[in-house]
Amino acid sequence: MQNKTLFDKVWDAHVVHEAPGRPTILYIDLHLVHEVTSPQAFAGLEARKIGVRRPERTLATMDHSTPTRPGGLAIVGDAGRKQLEMLARRCAEHGIEIYDLDSPNNGIVHVVAPEQGRTHPGMTVVCGDSHTSTHGAFGALAFGIGTTEVEHVLATQCLLQYRPASFEVRFDGAARPGVTAKDLVLALIAEIGVGGGTGHVLEYTGEAIRALSMEGRMTLCNMSIEAGARAGMVAPDDVTFEYLAGRPGAPRDFDAAVARWRELATDEGATFARAITLDASAITPRITWGTTPAMNVALDEPIPAPDSDAARRALEYMRLTPGKPLLGQPVDVVFIGSCTNSRLDDLRLAASVFDGRAVKGGVRALVVPGSRAVKRAAEAEGLDQVFTRAGAEWREPGCSMCLAMNGDEVPPGHLAVSTSNRNFEGRQGPGSRTLLASPLTAAASAVTGVVTDARTLAGLS
Amino acid sequence: MKPFLELTSRVVPLLRDDVDTDQIIPARYLTVTDRSGLAEGLFAAWRSDPASPLADPRGAQILLAGHNFGCGSSREHAPWALLAGGYRCVIARSFADIFRQNALRNGLLPVALDERPHARLVTSLEEDPRLTVRVDLFATTVSWRDHLARFPIDGFARECLLGGVDALGYLLARDAEIAAFETRRGAA
Repeated sequence: MQNKTLFDKVWDAHVVHEAPGRPTILYIDLHLVHEVTSPQAFAGLEARKIGVRRPERTLATMDHSTPTRPGGLAIVGDAGRKQLEMLARRCAEHGIEIYDLDSPNNGIVHVVAPEQGRTHPGMTVVCGDSHTSTHGAFGALAFGIGTTEVEHVLATQCLLQYRPASFEVRFDGAARPGVTAKDLVLALIAEIGVGGGTGHVLEYTGEAIRALSMEGRMTLCNMSIEAGARAGMVAPDDVTFEYLAGRPGAPRDFDAAVARWRELATDEGATFARAITLDASAITPRITWGTTPAMNVALDEPIPAPDSDAARRALEYMRLTPGKPLLGQPVDVVFIGSCTNSRLDDLRLAASVFDGRAVKGGVRALVVPGSRAVKRAAEAEGLDQVFTRAGAEWREPGCSMCLAMNGDEVPPGHLAVSTSNRNFEGRQGPGSRTLLASPLTAAASAVTGVVTDARTLAGLS
Repeated sequence: MKPFLELTSRVVPLLRDDVDTDQIIPARYLTVTDRSGLAEGLFAAWRSDPASPLADPRGAQILLAGHNFGCGSSREHAPWALLAGGYRCVIARSFADIFRQNALRNGLLPVALDERPHARLVTSLEEDPRLTVRVDLFATTVSWRDHLARFPIDGFARECLLGGVDALGYLLARDAEIAAFETRRGAA
């Protein structure tokens, strides 16, 4: 038998139909739905008078345009409220489970599905959201789709897809203390570029990946799309199985499932279409200086002299000067949250910096947990007290300031250190300027008021 | 979906790489529940600069961009907004995967040109900003003046575009295969 990669195994197990010159019909195990990219898909079903084929394989949440202040639907603007109410009504009509604003399970789609144990190794997972790549952390094949494809999956539980190519991304060596999954993935994107993964599914391998928690692996796979990749995957191992054990959505016969999941790892001798190796031990905390996630450097590395029109335009937009590092750059806003970095591990990292320190005067720091479950767990450990004592705002869960469609915005011209995933022009609000970094770097910058390497703060080395 | 056969139009230059979907349509415009009202948000920030060719496309239906057009978010509002703004075709060096798929599903033709024909088209447009370009989906060619370039497109997407057919019909017609797959999996 031919040696297969993790991706090959998951893809091959989901092929419903193949015909020459036609895209493959691929079966989808789990379809995640949120309010922003689904209304037109449900409307399409209604126009055709067809139902949802597998409501039990569909799970909805409300996250993008939801408020992060207490108050629920009552305080959402008219347009956003209509979207949220429409999703609730359609889920009720079609028998789709929904984590609405009153649900204890509510939160960001890519946080709640894993924490409820709904994402399993070997699954195909899609959502009308590019950061669906997050779920690849479990050894699932997970990718973002458009609204037309949301309609396809609702109607048929299938998608038409051409087989992407495989791409091994190996991180050899151990990451140094204070270097997070966010830093590893930013280093990768700097190396291969924002289009470097186009047409490919990444499989992350190597010692530094094995050492990551599930939260770290989710951060890593989440940002795969920022390298243009179709998806990112990590082969499931004991870390994965321990995370899933006991979660509400875990398989009933868990041991049998684990035995199956162990078979998913890439076979010895399987080949990838492309491969790259990075030395994790050489990576230090990173930060973006431009308007794409690939425009990033080590914290102490000078912003490079522009070598392209894009770099010149980015520096002009960001109002930053090449030739000196970002360390010491005054910041206005710090945002800790988003589907990239809003899980309990991320909040613990941030709290380790905030503990016994205060947010610098003039800086606004916002901490937005990824879900209600994360919020409860953080509060049970007293992390909320650490944040509020330091002067940071402790909010309700949601996508919030990552894409600024719920009213949480970075004001025009302000410079934000954000743990989110995109530093595009205006992403965090018109005229906003974003520096992407890890929760450690974001928290350290909040307490000093300038871009800071957390490893240089007392007690954090 | 409106069939796409051929198109002859002037061209709006947007000669940048990595044009992301947040530029094409910022998130604050995504609160719609249908496909209308998106023209206003198309390139909202860049169009506010009166010097930008995007500010007044004067009926042009072709946008010319660089590498990796449409990167970032999976929002299908990006091709909807481009169509609402009057565009029917984007010519670029390359496209982000999700955007290309979303464009094809909506009758917005993504044309990826190789380096040399792309550079020639850029030069021609600099020489004559009123240049008209013909895009022929049946022949899979782009032509202007005495230039002709071929572009790749998968056969299935091309058939759907030429016929103005939604791919959902193809999937729905395979219901028996899908049911058989589910039975097979359920038994496993």
